[in-house]
Amino acid sequence: MIVTILFFALALIAVSGAVSLIVQRHPIHSALSLIVVMVALAGLYLLLGAQFIAAVQVIVYAGAIMVLFVFVIMLLNAGAEERTNVSRMAAYIGLPLSVVLAAGLAWWTASGSQALSALSGDVTPTRSLSMMLFQEYAFPFELTSILVLIAILGALTLAKREGGAE
Amino acid sequence: MSDFLAQHSLLFSSVVKAAIMIFVVLTALAYLTWFERKVVAHIQSRWGPYRAGPHGLLQPLADGLKFITKEDPMPLGADKFVYLLAPFLALSLALTALALIPFGPQTVTLFGRATPLGITDLNLGLLFLFALTSLGVYGVALAGWASNSKYPLLGGLRSSAQMVSYELSLTLSVVGVLLMAGSFSLRDIINAQQGWQLHFLPRWNLFAGPLPQLLGFFCYFTSAVAETNRAPFDLAEAEQELVGGFHTEYSSMKFAMFFMAEYANMITVSCLATILFFGGWLSPFPAAGAWAWTRFIPTAVFIIAGISLIVDGIRYSTVYGRIVLPVLGLVLCAVGVFVAMPFAIWYAQGPFWFLTKVLAFLFVYVWVRGTLPRLRYDQLMGLGWKVLLPVSLANVVLTSLALLVAHR
Repeated sequence: MIVTILFFALALIAVSGAVSLIVQRHPIHSALSLIVVMVALAGLYLLLGAQFIAAVQVIVYAGAIMVLFVFVIMLLNAGAEERTNVSRMAAYIGLPLSVVLAAGLAWWTASGSQALSALSGDVTPTRSLSMMLFQEYAFPFELTSILVLIAILGALTLAKREGGAE
Repeated sequence: MSDFLAQHSLLFSSVVKAAIMIFVVLTALAYLTWFERKVVAHIQSRWGPYRAGPHGLLQPLADGLKFITKEDPMPLGADKFVYLLAPFLALSLALTALALIPFGPQTVTLFGRATPLGITDLNLGLLFLFALTSLGVYGVALAGWASNSKYPLLGGLRSSAQMVSYELSLTLSVVGVLLMAGSFSLRDIINAQQGWQLHFLPRWNLFAGPLPQLLGFFCYFTSAVAETNRAPFDLAEAEQELVGGFHTEYSSMKFAMFFMAEYANMITVSCLATILFFGGWLSPFPAAGAWAWTRFIPTAVFIIAGISLIVDGIRYSTVYGRIVLPVLGLVLCAVGVFVAMPFAIWYAQGPFWFLTKVLAFLFVYVWVRGTLPRLRYDQLMGLGWKVLLPVSLANVVLTSLALLVAHR
């Protein structure tokens, strides 16, 4: 009962945050809406029993990545955006496609897929999660970290080139 | 009625505990300002607050009244919603973090339900604590931006950069402790530190385990002072450069809320330092054997404090003080006697040692503020990225190596 109420409350918060992200005209307000979405998603993960993922979601997305977004927006001192006329593509292609997407999702949910049911058994999946990450999926994990390293090096190179010889 | 209470005992006990906690914490925050002003004053050979009440004990109340009655203007062109949101965000996140701190080993029975001392006990408590503190940046950053003024903007930018940088070493410095305890639960981390070595040294993480966490503690406390934007890392509110930093355009209660958030964060960080490195509520003495008398230390401390208050109070310069201080001393003596009672003595040990350690850390906070000069901004960033981050990473590697060797 209380889980259902919480689910719908969090889902409502997430969806309205996402809508507000698009509708808001000021970049900071959009970024704040995105943070709301992230935190609501973390709440949904908690309801599914994935405590570790929920905490990491808040720490990484809401606490680190979005801080950088807000930071950059503050540094650039970006003002409110101007509205342009809505592109025709949105009306002719976007709307039908979104209807198709919604219908597809509804059909997939209604057909009774069990993929989204709550985690069962292990109450603290942190240990099993790290076992999986560092044994079974160690190679993809290391590949991902190399990918991130390449991105960092790329950013460093770009930043250095602007300033000339230092 | 009692059926209803028993049925929803989780809800009611949580609400009651949260209400008590809010009351205690807000009072503690108010008196922490008094404590800080007194300690800094004595470091600088001054008296500190002395006029409002005996020994300035009513100063927090006077400050609070002043904050409430002040005019509350909003700068022109400020982003109204974000400007109002920022102080609430800062304070509510700081107070929520305290809900995860356990204060003692025992449970209390509320509405027929045994609940732990402390509002909640999560098995990922430390991780959720970091999640909450990582959101604390927004209060400062948004306050600086929404004020639509250059000094707050610079202060907000500085402090968000600082907090993001130091969060890394703060989180990494704790990993050593996590590896030794094998759990994210604060209760488990404390329980893993039980026992003695060499018959006198408690097995606290600071100086026990496969690798004593001295490096980890150094990194943790330095990063924590920086993370809470306190001197000598208070670049965000450097008066000489930035007027007041991110809260320049705030006044009245909204300004007070930022300060309350800062002090609440100080308490959280001190609690965490106590739990992670100093054995939490564990007494530094064994409970049994030749050291059994140490269970009367809380009583002795309270009674000595009470008697010295009475002696000081009788000779106080104002009549009001000559009445209030001895009464306070008597109350302290009564608490001391109560704590020695057979039914209270075991309940009192955990919280007493916990709060004593936390108070010691808060004193160090103020002491550091009173003695060290502020760092330059590039020194601050250099310290975070070039010293603390490598040292805490090395601590992680060394602790894992030591654990591997120890378990071989």
